[in-house]
Amino acid sequence: MIPLLKRILKTGIVTEPVAEGDARREVDRLQDEVLKILGRALTIREVDAGSCNACELEIHALNNPYYNLEGCGIKFVASPRHADMLLVTGPVTKNMENALKIAYDCTPDPKLVVAVGDCGCGCGEVGALFGPNYATCGAVANVIPVDVRIPGCPPTPVALMQGILAAVRYDRAHPAVSPERS
Amino acid sequence: MQLFDEPIEFTRQPGIGAPVWQGRAVDGDELKDFAAAAHLAGGRLAALWGSDERLSGGGFRLHCVFGLNEGHACLTLELPANDPGYPDLSGLFPAANRMQRATYDMVGIGHDGTDQRPWLRHGGWPADWFPLRHDAGEGGDFSNLPSDYDFVQVGGEGAHEIPVGPIHAGIIEPGHFRFSVVGERVLRFESRLGYQHRGVERRLAGADFSTGAKILGRISGDATCAYAWAYAAAIEAACGVEPSPRALALRAILLERERVANHLGDLGMLGNDAALAFGLSQFFRLKEEWVRVSALLFGHRFMMDRIVPGGVEADLNAAAVKVLSDQCDAIGPAVKELHAIYDEHAGLQDRYLTTGPIDAALARELSLSGMAARATGLLLDGRCYRLDYAPPPPWAALGVRPVTDERGDVAARVAVRFGEITESLRLIRQLATQLPAGAVCAEVKPVPGASGVGIIEGWRGEVLVGVSIGADSRLARVHPHDPSWQLWPALEHAVPRDIVPDFPLINKSFNLSYVGQDL
Repeated sequence: MIPLLKRILKTGIVTEPVAEGDARREVDRLQDEVLKILGRALTIREVDAGSCNACELEIHALNNPYYNLEGCGIKFVASPRHADMLLVTGPVTKNMENALKIAYDCTPDPKLVVAVGDCGCGCGEVGALFGPNYATCGAVANVIPVDVRIPGCPPTPVALMQGILAAVRYDRAHPAVSPERS
Repeated sequence: MQLFDEPIEFTRQPGIGAPVWQGRAVDGDELKDFAAAAHLAGGRLAALWGSDERLSGGGFRLHCVFGLNEGHACLTLELPANDPGYPDLSGLFPAANRMQRATYDMVGIGHDGTDQRPWLRHGGWPADWFPLRHDAGEGGDFSNLPSDYDFVQVGGEGAHEIPVGPIHAGIIEPGHFRFSVVGERVLRFESRLGYQHRGVERRLAGADFSTGAKILGRISGDATCAYAWAYAAAIEAACGVEPSPRALALRAILLERERVANHLGDLGMLGNDAALAFGLSQFFRLKEEWVRVSALLFGHRFMMDRIVPGGVEADLNAAAVKVLSDQCDAIGPAVKELHAIYDEHAGLQDRYLTTGPIDAALARELSLSGMAARATGLLLDGRCYRLDYAPPPPWAALGVRPVTDERGDVAARVAVRFGEITESLRLIRQLATQLPAGAVCAEVKPVPGASGVGIIEGWRGEVLVGVSIGADSRLARVHPHDPSWQLWPALEHAVPRDIVPDFPLINKSFNLSYVGQDL
């Protein structure tokens, strides 16, 4: 137990705003904004509808101590019934199409849908490579309504945080003034 | 050359890669006899796929690759266009079962075994339509019907089923798991995969080499370097290109960095799944620092698209080499410290020890490769010396020390991961400080009609890519093979007898790729 506690003390809080370049400052700013806009926890259900799992690796990274997404009141939940937001990676395969639709239907209104990655957004060179074809429906928007897109192959954790924030600010009634990223 | 006194004549694939022996079986019996001899000699079934050769005047072709002491024997069997069938190999190699079923779903060439359930085909296209036949058409307008699957049922008093998925509770790829349990105890565990089938093999047919490299880098994102290298090695073998020693050393640095990144992440998850959140925080901190240096030196956090046919699209100067080796120096002691904490943590060890066991005999029976096979004591590592051959460059000069553990449980897979991080750090340091001079990328001219096989020891296990080039100098058929094909059935043997709550831990200790085998 003593080595464990010593390691915790020695590591300190790596999320602290100590100078470590622009990336670190960007993360701090985002965390402040999330807290200001939401003032409460946002819950996300992540659905991999056919990605190559690189997007999932970066979504995992959101919860590492550097980005500390849960520390600013955003957490991933196990059921779409507990979620405010669906974070969906793609391309949506035919074999996942029905499951994704069910997950969407199970998410209580008002729900936000964020498409992640070039495949999920159906953009860029990589998005074009993976569908639509006999096996995939292509972009997430081809299967369920999407509010915000986070392109990238895969998008970095900072881009993911920015995209999630954009979705929180997103105003469906006035999409023209909303900061949609695509 | 002949193997096991069987009549098939093998010739060695040219080039510097791992030894691959190419041969042809005249009929199904000859294939089955060879498979039996390979099984008797302790060989593994490394991969099995089919191709449509009717455009070049043939019928269909079955490709079987066996992993042997002599290297890999790649055996093909020509099948007539009107009646393409071959003998079931799953009695000898249980790993053949799903590969055979997928081969039928994709190409429409069938085996004569009893298990004829579809594997990659769910309800998205009809049973008599085969996406990899050249005359299949686009096939985009089928209705997507719900599909059922005949799981093996367990009966008896108190037995019931727990269905899980395809969407799982965590941030993870989709697949369906069926637990048959009595109380908490798992009696049987069966998985149904294919949910991430993206049609990549179809997309690869007719693609040029660089498009192929982009797709191969995304067969399984966590093993992007292993796939890119295996693909490049297959192309280079087919086209008679030798990458420079500098390119090979850089590829090895990329591959070992990928290994370390994945082991760091999984060790964190393995702490978390046994309720030690400290482990997740610490290892994810180290992993983040690791991938940031990857982004700094190679321009991408997971180093996608850096390995290309002919060499690499990356280079290191003296300053970059210093960053690399300094990071190895810093992260080595940090991992060692965490290793001691994991080893001495009673709660963690209680969850790890004797949980999810497989033994070496089963690992051999199921044709396993990679980290999970080494965690049963099998000395299988494509980077290491074998009885009958030296590993391909750059590994031979490095003297890679394989890490094994004979316990076969979660604890063993954790121990092997710790050991492999240490060894990979040594390799990265050595490769970076002794980088040979020279160009990093050679020109690759397509050779129409040529074919090749590339085999790379990825962090999960053996990644194999078979490539054949068409008369138009484009890719005619590419088959990427993930080690998870063989490892998923092993998970089904590891889970029974433990309780349901142990499943996440056992699953994470393997951390198999869904998408890699769903294609």
